Amino acid sequence: MLTFILQRLLGAFLVILGVVSIVFLLIHMIPGDPVEIMLGESASSADREALRAALGLNLPIGVQFQNYLYGLLHLDTGISIHFRRPVTELLLERLPATGLLALATLLITLALALPLGVIAAVRRNTWWDTGAMSFSMLGVSIPNFWLGPLLILVFSLWLGWFPISGRSGFASVILPALTLATGLVAVLSRMVRSSMLEVLGEDYMRTARAKGLPPHRVILHHGLRNALLPVITLLGLQLGALLAGAVITETVFSWPGIGLLTIESIQSRDYPVVQACVLLISVTYVLVNLLTDLAYAWVDPRVRLGSGH
Amino acid sequence: MRYWLAGSVPVTLLILWALLSMGAHYLPLQPDVIHLQEILSAPGNDAWLGYDDLGRDVLDRLIVGARTSFLVSVWVVGLSLLVGTLLGTATAYHGGWWDRLAVLVVDVFLAFPGILLAIALAGLLGPGISNVVIALTTVGWVGYARLSRAQVLSLRHREHVQAAEALGNTKWRIIRKHLLPLMAAPLIVEATFGIAAVVIAEAGLSFLGLGVQPPEASWGAMIRDGTRYMLVAPHMVLAPGVALFAVVLSVNLLGDRLRDTLDIRLSGNNGSQPWK
Repeated sequence: MLTFILQRLLGAFLVILGVVSIVFLLIHMIPGDPVEIMLGESASSADREALRAALGLNLPIGVQFQNYLYGLLHLDTGISIHFRRPVTELLLERLPATGLLALATLLITLALALPLGVIAAVRRNTWWDTGAMSFSMLGVSIPNFWLGPLLILVFSLWLGWFPISGRSGFASVILPALTLATGLVAVLSRMVRSSMLEVLGEDYMRTARAKGLPPHRVILHHGLRNALLPVITLLGLQLGALLAGAVITETVFSWPGIGLLTIESIQSRDYPVVQACVLLISVTYVLVNLLTDLAYAWVDPRVRLGSGH
Repeated sequence: MRYWLAGSVPVTLLILWALLSMGAHYLPLQPDVIHLQEILSAPGNDAWLGYDDLGRDVLDRLIVGARTSFLVSVWVVGLSLLVGTLLGTATAYHGGWWDRLAVLVVDVFLAFPGILLAIALAGLLGPGISNVVIALTTVGWVGYARLSRAQVLSLRHREHVQAAEALGNTKWRIIRKHLLPLMAAPLIVEATFGIAAVVIAEAGLSFLGLGVQPPEASWGAMIRDGTRYMLVAPHMVLAPGVALFAVVLSVNLLGDRLRDTLDIRLSGNNGSQPWK
């Protein structure tokens, strides 16, 4: 187990180092002079040099990278050009909103995907199955930036049940979370279905039925519990996709989280903030995946033994 | 029902999409002509899908938008497939340090969830259709590299490859004649789902204002413009949305059918969801 943990930690560390390098290089990929783009044509050359020095862009690239790494180790991701405040402060301000959105999305996803997948598997090849899987197909194919406005149109403008956008009270989180959850439900319910189908044929299921347990107990207690393992891995992978999807969904609903900050700072050419947002989302994704892997190995010994040898 | 749905309708829609895209130049379209008296008018006899907030014909813009999404998806999927397959196959077959390095690079790129990296790249490179292609290809090649690596690892110890090696064939010839033909089926399925992903991604970038620039039309930009007038002119959001949804759904259905026909098991999700 220890070897497995160390291997995974080392792997994650290398990947994070790679992610940091790419994020660092992003600002150097801007065609032309980034300082000129950030300040615009009309800026005086003194201002330009001041910003260049403030961002450290006048130093050799190796030194810049060292400084960047050093700053990251102290959770210092530079100063926002637009807000003239430390980027870390901005991120901390926006983090709770994205966290709340992610949590709500996760709850909605589980509440919908598990029943859908289980019903589709238990009533295989019936209308239940076809219905659930068609819904899943629609969910994969509908883009967030269209579903979001549609939900606003129906539930906010016509029915008036929820606020249109922004973050105000509990009701305002429902529509963005529902938008984000749709794609996730689609992928997850398919996974639950196929995983359940495999489990349903197992001997212990027959035993449980033979013992005379009531059907719901056989399915939920003996079936679903065993079917959940691969589902956990997929959920970990999809959580990252959720964070990236949040960039578009938060923009649709003006939800004041990290995703909206990313787009706002791209529009105001506030590149240190863009870098920090991309870094935060990606590193979170890597860490979530690492935790999923470790949790999976902890729950299922076959995983750690399989890759340890 | 299922076969009818999965069969002729999606294929017809996709052929229509391709034909309209390639023929857009030859149609008498007026996507940029402004009819001031028609601003936000609902669909009617002279304009089947109505007019937008500037008084431009929505149907004409829809067809030009189809062309944008078609061009971008063909370029991005083509380039990604080429780069990803070549890199993945070559490094996996060569093995050793090259393979380890390639795996690390792929892992690093996969660590950026969904289109996040493409959003950042498109934002930094600036708007424009070629920058969209660059940004999406930078993100897109990784999936094909990973898939072809997995394929090579499972194929390289087959007897016919060993026989070819024993006969003294060059690596390049073995890859070309003995590996790539067997890898084609899963790559085609992956590329089909890739088209759906790129169509959504291009529209997503344009929705965020990072894609093609006005007055060029894109479905994503049309949806963004439409959201401001949803109460007075819902057709501005509905028309491009339905078009986008129909194309993506058709591609996904086609991909599902291809996967079943070619009998391929791809790991887990089909790749189209994370791009949303």
